[in-house]
Amino acid sequence: MSKLTLNTTPVDARPAPKRSIGAIAWLRANLFQGPINSVLSLLAIWALIAGLTPLIQWAIIDADWIGTSREACSSGGACWVFISARFEQFIYGFYPSELRWRVNLTFVLFAVMIAWLALPRLPAKKLAAVLTLVIFPIVAFYLLHGGSFGMPAVPTHRWGGLMLTLVLAVVGIVAALPIGVVLALGRQSKMPIVKSISVVFIEFWRGVPLITVLFMASVMLPLFVPTEVDMDKLVRALIGITLFQSAYMAEVVRGGLQAIPKGQEEAAAALGMGYWKRMGLIVLPQALKMMIPGIVNTFIALFKDTSLVLIIGLFDLLAIVQAALADADWLGYSIEGYVFVAFVFWIFCFGMSRYSQYLERKLHTGH
Amino acid sequence: MTSQTAKADDTPMIEMRGLNKWYGDFHVLRDIDLTVQRGERIVICGPSGSGKSTLIRCINHLEEHQQGEIVVGGIPMTQDVKRIEQIRHHVGMVFQHFNLFPHLSVLENCSLAPIWVQKKPRREAEALAMQYLERVRIAEQAHKFPGQLSGGQQQRVAIARSLCMHPEVMLFDEPTSALDPEMIKEVLDVMVELAEEGMTMLCVTHEMGFAKTVADRVIFMDQGQIIEENAPEPFFNDPQSERTKLFLSQILGH
Ligand SMILES: Nc1ncnc2c1ncn2[C@@H]1O[C@H](COP(=O)(O)OP(=O)(O)OP(=O)(O)O)[C@@H](O)[C@H]1O
Ligand SMILES: [Mg+2]
Repeated sequence: MSKLTLNTTPVDARPAPKRSIGAIAWLRANLFQGPINSVLSLLAIWALIAGLTPLIQWAIIDADWIGTSREACSSGGACWVFISARFEQFIYGFYPSELRWRVNLTFVLFAVMIAWLALPRLPAKKLAAVLTLVIFPIVAFYLLHGGSFGMPAVPTHRWGGLMLTLVLAVVGIVAALPIGVVLALGRQSKMPIVKSISVVFIEFWRGVPLITVLFMASVMLPLFVPTEVDMDKLVRALIGITLFQSAYMAEVVRGGLQAIPKGQEEAAAALGMGYWKRMGLIVLPQALKMMIPGIVNTFIALFKDTSLVLIIGLFDLLAIVQAALADADWLGYSIEGYVFVAFVFWIFCFGMSRYSQYLERKLHTGH
Repeated sequence: MTSQTAKADDTPMIEMRGLNKWYGDFHVLRDIDLTVQRGERIVICGPSGSGKSTLIRCINHLEEHQQGEIVVGGIPMTQDVKRIEQIRHHVGMVFQHFNLFPHLSVLENCSLAPIWVQKKPRREAEALAMQYLERVRIAEQAHKFPGQLSGGQQQRVAIARSLCMHPEVMLFDEPTSALDPEMIKEVLDVMVELAEEGMTMLCVTHEMGFAKTVADRVIFMDQGQIIEENAPEPFFNDPQSERTKLFLSQILGH
């Protein structure tokens, strides 16, 4: 007697079969697929070994790490003692050492705010954004500059190093964002005057190199303000960087605005919303989300460009390392200096780049 | 619920006289004269590109006309932004592709305009939104986002969103033509209920069953002109113009 059975228990999920297993198979599939591939792979491997071996030898194996003066550097490799001896100056510039806790506190606050904004698991993003964009700059100004609440003032010509680089980059990006939004909206405006002013502004700043902007800011800006206002050199550089950056930001924002379907604004208009409500409540919140990767990219570019301020006599990270190279005690260690600067810039830019890639993936799939 | 739309006064809801519109050199609306009384339900049909969408989008100034006049709820349309917004407060619109705000929840979609445009307190606006979401039978989805809903559900939310502004007239631009067949009915049912409650409605649609049950008048447009308008029964059974006959034969199938 045969019985018809109905199997209702689901079959367990199985992993997909592997196409090939083991290192040999992987090598064959990826590096040695055919004669041309094999030759190219071998050449690339040889170039890597030939290039990296001396570098690793110099930077790690033969390097000197511990000590306080150049006498500690005797093994012929890199002299990282130079960096560690001058490390505090590279970070804080000429900021008085007993007040450096204020810089540290600012850095920590900044890191906390960024983590809050960047990590998706943490709640209350709107509050975090308001704190970062409105409250934090005020707190940071009073902490860094001082001069009130019983904290002694530290004039900006004593600021320097990584701290100054971060101040330039962060102020540049944060101040440029709202200006960029206004410019991008202006560029799309139906009012001819608003539109042409925005277009001329954007195209002007996009057409000049940052280095000339900085020269103009330090030489020309004083011509436009009354002589009794002695404008701080750092403030002048910040104004120049912000205007320059806002033109780039405007183009990023414009891209975001164009990605929002026209129907969104129409639906808002049909509900009786005026222009600013349509933009502020409907179009910009959606566009900003799409713009984050673009904003991060311009931020990376700006972060590197801030090193140009050395030509107007501000001591950012690069400038201060260069100044230290001229020190008679440490002559001849310029390679270490520049490698260190490059490494610090790379850490920051790589971090931002990874974050933006992560966001792009997330925005691509999530919805 | 929509008792404010009852024929409180007898000025027409919408009046268009000698309306002409061009896109560049393309004459898209030609000498349109149309009066819609309060409480009237009108269905507009016609071949693709005949200017149906353009016509109803002129009523809330999503499109600008170049000649002629439009009076909505007694307010003459001008270029003035405040005037346009004032007119839009009385005119609800439902789009073919729903146009819900994807970054806001269903509840926020519905309460946004009451809060920001009519300055209602948030709680009141949300209560109102829930009330209309219940009417379109989707209250249980209030906290979802539009992307998590089916097309039919999204369109019902879009209708609720418009109703939250207490419009005196509702414009529908092919509200069911982006929907899968099995979802068309749930949206049409909501529209029929709305019509039964006395809402003034202008619907661009090719749902001829809907036109037969609810329309007071059916308007046929072709090449930017109103070719024929009539009550549904004579319109479908005894069309006058050759173009109407051709169109009806195509749309009703053979
Ligand atoms: N922004 C525009 N610029 C130029 N031409 C346009 C524009 N919008 C619409 N048109 C043209 O105007 C004509 C009428 O368009 P409309 O959208 O009003 O037609 P419709 O009757 O709604 O058609 P459909 O059934 O396809 O929706 C079409 O030929 C269209 O190509
Ligand atoms: Mg249309």
